[in-house]
Amino acid sequence: MSATETQPLPPAVIELIGVKKRFGRQLVLRGVDLTVREGQTLVIVGASGQGKSVIIKHMLGLVRPDRGTVRVFGRDLGALRRGELNDIRRDFGVLFQNAALFDSMTVYDNVALPLRERTAQNESEIRANVMEKLVMMDMEKAVDKFPAQLSGGMRKRVGLARAVVLNPKIVFFDEPTTGLDVNKSNEIYRLFYRSQQQLGYTAVIVSHDVPKIFKLADEVALLEEGVIQGCLPPGEFQLSKQPLIKAFVVETMGHLYSSDEEESGFYAQAES
Amino acid sequence: MLALLEKLGYETLWLLETTGRMGLFLVRALVSIFGKSFKLFPVVRQIHFIGARSVFVILFTGAFTGMVLGLQGYYTLRKFGSEGFLGSAVALSLVRELGPVLTALMVIGRAGSAMCAEVGIMRNSEQIDALECMAIDPYRYLVVPKLLAGIIVLPLLTAIFDVIGVFGGYLIGVGLFGVNEGAYFEGMYASVVWADVEMGLVKSLVFGLLLVWICTCKGFFLHLEQSGGFGAEGVSRTTTDAVVLSSVSVLVWDYLISAIML
Repeated sequence: MSATETQPLPPAVIELIGVKKRFGRQLVLRGVDLTVREGQTLVIVGASGQGKSVIIKHMLGLVRPDRGTVRVFGRDLGALRRGELNDIRRDFGVLFQNAALFDSMTVYDNVALPLRERTAQNESEIRANVMEKLVMMDMEKAVDKFPAQLSGGMRKRVGLARAVVLNPKIVFFDEPTTGLDVNKSNEIYRLFYRSQQQLGYTAVIVSHDVPKIFKLADEVALLEEGVIQGCLPPGEFQLSKQPLIKAFVVETMGHLYSSDEEESGFYAQAES
Repeated sequence: MLALLEKLGYETLWLLETTGRMGLFLVRALVSIFGKSFKLFPVVRQIHFIGARSVFVILFTGAFTGMVLGLQGYYTLRKFGSEGFLGSAVALSLVRELGPVLTALMVIGRAGSAMCAEVGIMRNSEQIDALECMAIDPYRYLVVPKLLAGIIVLPLLTAIFDVIGVFGGYLIGVGLFGVNEGAYFEGMYASVVWADVEMGLVKSLVFGLLLVWICTCKGFFLHLEQSGGFGAEGVSRTTTDAVVLSSVSVLVWDYLISAIML
């Protein structure tokens, strides 16, 4: 709270306003309002099956809202032509849930593909760029391997290298650590942190790796019942009185962290 | 009764939706051909895959089709004492009908199924979404090279099929049954006119477009399949559907083109 009061908020790069989306008979999003600010890391949490990934797909323009607006860099995605949408996507990087590497290409070609298709760089510039990103992700030894020859964690790292290869302004992470053990997910977080420090991108992360993900977040948003229940800095999020947020925090982190009162109550109990 | 009507309506809507989707897919793919930043290399690679690697199969089927035409044609024509027409009979049936149709069917079996499975797996594992997020148009990147290769390759393969078939018929008619060699080729020369070749050409062009269109489109929209296009089973089922649908379409269009051009 103190940080936001003293400094002016960075400008919004993505805004979702009243986004509603129905798949078949299921109303997944019932009016989502969410703002992503420049240079910050927004983490979207919530139980699985609540439509967290659907929010990311809206931001990417892969899915169009039934109602409401998605604004990226101040432009309404719904009103853009395909070419304009592609221009905006130039500034996007995406790490998919299962990395979505092209399985018939080597690691090198996977990372080089955006450069080959989207820039006019020659092969030696591409090589320099690809190797820089692979070194950043500690994957320079695996250049000639195919995705099927890599472990899950390594595939995510290659996916991350590919996501940042065009030096995007915003990078999206869909469940970056799901299915990885503790060491591997720590490794992903470390690489995320390092690459964000170096490249300075805005990040949107969908995750349920609570509480670890809180350390990386500038803001945490809880999606439940198709609505964002609150978007707060991690500290305030953990202490929030909002019943659903509180329930989520209690469920995922236990009583100890949920509020000051309970914490003191816990110690009082222990003393007596 | 009501349930029946409901089902009928549902099926009709689904059919319309699928037809529209496939139509739009073709339009977008065709428009993408003329988009900027056209790359030749992927097209050459697809020509290699659809075309060059099908040559052996085409040689084989062409030769045996010609041979069986020679065999059947000889026994039928002998009844009327007109073995001399064997050459024209073999050539006309090959150039106008069997060449384009059988080539298309062989290519569907060899390359069409593979294209559908490839694109379908890419859809299933979010690779097409990934392309789109990288602002790489999946139509241009995935579909256009295949489409162009199909249109270029099918007439060529058909031509190979025809020529080999003619010599297959020659082998049986002239070599085995002793039909006059001059009569075989002279009859062919006299009876096959440009209109016949043109019909074969038009057919092979249309079939090339048709089979790549149906096979890639089925794979591309795998996730929208009515029966649920998920996982390995979804890919296999959709590939089967694509092969059946494209084979049937080839035969239907074969009839339509014949009816229009004759």
